[in-house]
Amino acid sequence: MPRRDDIESILLIGSGPIVIGQACEFDYSGTQACRVLREEGYRVILANSNPATIMTDPDFADATYVEPLRLDVLTRIIAKERPDALLPTLGGQTALNLAMELVEAGVLEEYGVELIGADAEAIATAEDRARFKEAMIEIGLGVPPSGVAHDLNEARTVIAEIGLPVVIRPAYILGGRGTGMADTEEEFEKVASEGLAASPISEILIERSIAGWKEYELEVMRDRADNCVVVCSIENLDPMGVHTGDSITVAPAQTLTDVEYQAMRDASFACLRRVGVETGGSNVQFAVDPATGDQVVIEMNPRVSRSSALASKATGFPIAKIAARLAVGYTLDEIPNDITKKTPAAFEPTIDYVVTKIPRWAFEKFPGTTGVLGTSMQSVGEVMAIGRTFPESLQKGMRSLENGRSGLNGDPAEASLDQMDDEALLAAAAIPTPTRILQLEALLRRGVTIEAVHDATRVDPWFLDQILSISEERLHLDSITVEGGGIGSLDRAGWRRAKRLGFSDAQVAYLFDVDMADARSAREAAGVWPTFKTVDTCGAEFDAETPYHYSTWEDEDEVRPSDRTKVMILGSGPNRIGQGIEFDYCCVHASFALSDAGFETIMVNCNPETVSTDYDTSDRLYFEPLTEEDVANIIDAERPSHIIVSLGGQTPLKLAGTLPGDLVAGTSPDSIDLAEDRERWNVLCGQLDIPQPPGGTAADLEAARLVVEQVGYPVLVRPSYVLGGRAMQIVYDDPQLERAMAELSDFGSLGIEGGLSAERPVLIDRFLEDATEVDVDAIRDHTGEVLIGAVMEHVEEAGVHSGDSACVIPPPNLSDVVIAEIEDHTRQIAEALDVKGLVNVQFAVKVAGGEAEVYVIEANPRASRTVPFVAKATGVPLAKVASRVMVGATLAELRTEGLLIDRVDGDHVAIKEAVMPFDRFPEADPVLGPEMRSTGEVMGIDLTTGLAFTKSQIAAGGALPESGTVFMSLADRDKAVGLEAAAGFVALGLELVATSGTAAHLRDGGVEVREVVAKIGEEGTDAVELIRSGAVQLLVNSPRGRGPRADGEQIRGAAAAEGIPLLTTASAALAAARGLADWRTYPLAVRTLQEYHSGVLGPGST
Amino acid sequence: MSRILPVEAHLVLADGSVFEGESIGAPAPDGVATGEVVFNTVLSGYQEVITDPSYAGQIITFTYPHIGNYGVNDEDNESRRPFCGGVVVRDLARRHSNWRAGGDLDSMLVAHGVAGIAGIDTRRLTRHLRDEGAMPGAFGTADQATLTAAATAETGTDGIDMVAGVTCESPYTVPSTGGDRRIVAYDLGIKSTILRHLSALGEVTVVPASTTAADVLAAEPDGVFLSNGPGDPEPLVGVRAAVSDLLGEVPIFGICLGHQVLAGALGGETFKLPFGHHGGNHPVRNLVTGAVEITSQNHNYCVADGSISAVDLTHVNLNDETVEGISCQSFPAFSVQYHPEAGPGPHDSRYLFDDFERLMATHQTRGR
Repeated sequence: MPRRDDIESILLIGSGPIVIGQACEFDYSGTQACRVLREEGYRVILANSNPATIMTDPDFADATYVEPLRLDVLTRIIAKERPDALLPTLGGQTALNLAMELVEAGVLEEYGVELIGADAEAIATAEDRARFKEAMIEIGLGVPPSGVAHDLNEARTVIAEIGLPVVIRPAYILGGRGTGMADTEEEFEKVASEGLAASPISEILIERSIAGWKEYELEVMRDRADNCVVVCSIENLDPMGVHTGDSITVAPAQTLTDVEYQAMRDASFACLRRVGVETGGSNVQFAVDPATGDQVVIEMNPRVSRSSALASKATGFPIAKIAARLAVGYTLDEIPNDITKKTPAAFEPTIDYVVTKIPRWAFEKFPGTTGVLGTSMQSVGEVMAIGRTFPESLQKGMRSLENGRSGLNGDPAEASLDQMDDEALLAAAAIPTPTRILQLEALLRRGVTIEAVHDATRVDPWFLDQILSISEERLHLDSITVEGGGIGSLDRAGWRRAKRLGFSDAQVAYLFDVDMADARSAREAAGVWPTFKTVDTCGAEFDAETPYHYSTWEDEDEVRPSDRTKVMILGSGPNRIGQGIEFDYCCVHASFALSDAGFETIMVNCNPETVSTDYDTSDRLYFEPLTEEDVANIIDAERPSHIIVSLGGQTPLKLAGTLPGDLVAGTSPDSIDLAEDRERWNVLCGQLDIPQPPGGTAADLEAARLVVEQVGYPVLVRPSYVLGGRAMQIVYDDPQLERAMAELSDFGSLGIEGGLSAERPVLIDRFLEDATEVDVDAIRDHTGEVLIGAVMEHVEEAGVHSGDSACVIPPPNLSDVVIAEIEDHTRQIAEALDVKGLVNVQFAVKVAGGEAEVYVIEANPRASRTVPFVAKATGVPLAKVASRVMVGATLAELRTEGLLIDRVDGDHVAIKEAVMPFDRFPEADPVLGPEMRSTGEVMGIDLTTGLAFTKSQIAAGGALPESGTVFMSLADRDKAVGLEAAAGFVALGLELVATSGTAAHLRDGGVEVREVVAKIGEEGTDAVELIRSGAVQLLVNSPRGRGPRADGEQIRGAAAAEGIPLLTTASAALAAARGLADWRTYPLAVRTLQEYHSGVLGPGST
Repeated sequence: MSRILPVEAHLVLADGSVFEGESIGAPAPDGVATGEVVFNTVLSGYQEVITDPSYAGQIITFTYPHIGNYGVNDEDNESRRPFCGGVVVRDLARRHSNWRAGGDLDSMLVAHGVAGIAGIDTRRLTRHLRDEGAMPGAFGTADQATLTAAATAETGTDGIDMVAGVTCESPYTVPSTGGDRRIVAYDLGIKSTILRHLSALGEVTVVPASTTAADVLAAEPDGVFLSNGPGDPEPLVGVRAAVSDLLGEVPIFGICLGHQVLAGALGGETFKLPFGHHGGNHPVRNLVTGAVEITSQNHNYCVADGSISAVDLTHVNLNDETVEGISCQSFPAFSVQYHPEAGPGPHDSRYLFDDFERLMATHQTRGR
């Protein structure tokens, strides 16, 4: 069946900000879909609030709306664009839910928009847990016994029938939010209430627990002609009980006989057909009783998912791309297999390697969390590793995580579990946590039997034996050294065996107590070299056209480097807080720009969620860990002329020193060090006569005290060489300083990464209270010309990590003089650092006695998190320009070429707002601070600051209330700004309640306060009770310094739990009051980036 | 901890290519196992593949690196013993895990005298066979010169009647598990899964390949089934003649080698594919319905398109457009090149057994 000609335009909804459970895999799927649909000649209309995505690049759609993903906004977009069809299956749960809202509100019907891919009936069948179960029973598939409840009473009735333990799953949620297990009645009451609250329709499914069963997933595709194929099977190493997003998963399935696998395949097709997924990709999850082989269906997603991104990368079969083609009418046999070119997409990929996915968590950023994994997803990113065998891919995955490990063992951290005895360790391993995989290895290395470990953990014995093979090899290598054998005694067979089990040179070097370089030369002397194989969808049955490679230790190397000029781009590795999609955006843009300029581009990355690891993005893709050894091996294989290290965040930057200096493109490693090394940086600022907050460095507490003696409290304390404000804090007194230094010196992950040392001292700066923070992104070329990308003013004041702060382009409160000064400093710094490429400079502007003083906080000669935001706000493709500049082009040349365009002269204001994951970590205090904790960002764009801010809040999920009650509790120094904000709220007709001090202050200022709220523990209704009773619609709570922290924590915690918008700074409250005022004045308007970039003028302009 | 030291072994192809590995399974006589080296791309189903008689005379290379993960069991054997010349894998599981397992793969190979070699860069081997074509080879613990000589001396399968070595010695009956039909199945190397499907239609009498048409017709069957089997269809003169005599007398259904024999009886020609089709993911288009079926395949020879006049082409391979199924215009007979019974592989094409049932039903009154 050919392409549908009865539709011309298609609306695609993206997945919005990166949140836990919904990350950049939907940028990958959305970007693929946009490309394909435009190739097919459709007009593509895109809505996505996330400016850091590649899909929202104005080149990828005909009309790009970076607008909040909310029913009213989407309705406005549909009314304006009149699309023929809506494709809801490529933007995660967000797009699916919105599509359903549009259906239910009658919007699609009113405007004659057809849902393609999956219709409302299919979505409801798959998403409504009760309907889904019924449907599965109807077609004869096994499901766990269960019942549905809409309140606690109904829930208790269900339990009386099916008994405990149970799993509770709310309907219409993503990433398992609100899902939990209950073994006891008390647990049940708690989890059921949470589940009911998490479900937008107050519905939960209560299901007999099958924790400990084996968990599988099949990625399935179906076309209009009812052809179905399985793209990939996945087996979880972690048995049922751990969310699949938090599980180590392996492709293909390892321990199913063909009889069982084919039964599962038949069941998945039956499920797809019954649910009614007309076209596209879906995933079906199964649990298998290891004792009897009984199979039950757990759930299915009628859309592309995180697993389909993984399956695409694991097999080379581009699910989203093909799903988009199927949605517009093609059948699988009409679509060619991209990789072989010769065979059709109507087939099932077969692979000749093993893929392992390992999640990465960020519990260290959320003190108070337990770190126990369960049915609600908590990881923030993941890595994928390809090896010829499971042990190889597992060890590659471990070193891809960048958490200080060189593999599964054989590194300094392997001793971290030594103090636990076997029994304690076995008990610990029984509880799933991020360290369980290491605990399994340690247990097996100690000689605890596979049976004992299996009994405690339910991890399949096959996986345990594979892990044991790694442990045995490590012990064997150790025994050589014990017998006095040096690294030279490892012969070719010995090296080959270790390497084939995935051991890195770093592990071998550690075990033999030699340098990594010595290990490498010993290996090469033994004649053992890496080989690169190809991901080809077909197990080598056909010749592959697409160069998508991984390293392994075999006989034959398939890589034949071309003789073109090559640029190698090092990606940013797993998503983590502080380093996410923004850097992938930069790497991908570099690849596009350099490819357009005639270079051959080589991408190296290990994150399966990203666009960068799409084999279509670069000329060559190496799906490899970003470690010194793995990168060196690719350099040997490809011989690139340039290596780009400054676009992928800290990951590639940390490797810069290990690369041949002449290959590093752009700013030299020495300049990078100059900006990072505190002493050298101070000298430079002194020479340039740019003021800095006074400060110093310290490697221990005594030195820290000395610095504080000179600069005075409060101070900002932070480790060097980290991203995302890791472990950064504001310190107000001696006890806090002691605690901070102690934490830094033995901080788990930092300790492993090098921690506190003379080489990596702690930076201590006077903290500028109430200062406005300003960020600048700029590009300097080798002729010295500097392009200012944008000056961004932060909404939250200095002290809140820039990644967690809202920021505004253009700066609303800075004078032209201050902006000019900031731009001037930026130019000087770029010149002094001899920057060739991007530089980000952070400033603090402190107003004292009517005079604005500009201080420089730090400069980073690399891509910053804000680069994509600036590009979306201004229309200037900074990352593309920077990548060209890095390999020698001048800004003038790029202007002539047309790549570098001038910033538009419009009236629009763009605001980036951070999106916080506190709903996932109810135990953590949701206050903003110097350590970054946001997972993603959104952009609000409109013609006034107020409108843009309001949109940004809606997009971030914290829509400001237009009526109701505002609770205010302000720290003393916030009270001036707070008063203005409060007056604004009252003027809009909102009512105020406040704690006694704040209330007195507001009343003194002439602002009416309805009610004084008791402090927690005092007589009367306290804030927490008020919040829980639903009497408050907006919370302003600004904690400061030594203030009443505990109270604040409880209040903020309650707000996060109830989902009430929470502003933790007075400046944000003021922005909100102004925003609401504008929101009420102007009608909701939606505009495309393409419109903004051509210069939209506001009503006040002439 | 005791480490079991691997026994070094080599695989040498007829063109002189050498691969290093280690010995698994049964020790080969004099350290040399020979056969035509082919590769199979299935991800699961190694037990069914190894016990499939169609692999007689061949050394099976598994492209998926981990083999043996779920052990072996009594139910998944496709015949009474393996007939293949050996097994080549990247990694043989040290420990298996599956509730169905009754033992491990290595022990099964040892018990049946099948030699194997592990640790091979099977992707290199596969790419080589893909580019150069399936070719004879030898592997084992013998020295390389011996292996090279053995590989060179190995004749391959062209022109050789491999069926004689795998067919049953005398007829036997498989009772019906459902239907009332009487089916005679020519055992050219028949797989158990096929018998399971046929016996659902009725009682199956399995007969040796040498059985004449007259003997078959004497049993008054409702239908005759031509099974899969190893090697080149060309030398199978006897069974081809028998099928010629059966055409029009009784409904006929053929699979794989049976399909080639039916085509031969109709005057069709066969040729050898460069490296065959061995796997579980080959797309085939049903030309009658237009649907795409993902199929299980295992053949080196193929019916030449257009070489038979009186048949309709019913199925075509989407990868290389080779003939996958035919239906006689004037006789109740049809056949497919691939394996609708799966074992291992997808179940997409099981409807063909229903088609056979329908064919027998349609021709029942005329037949008797």
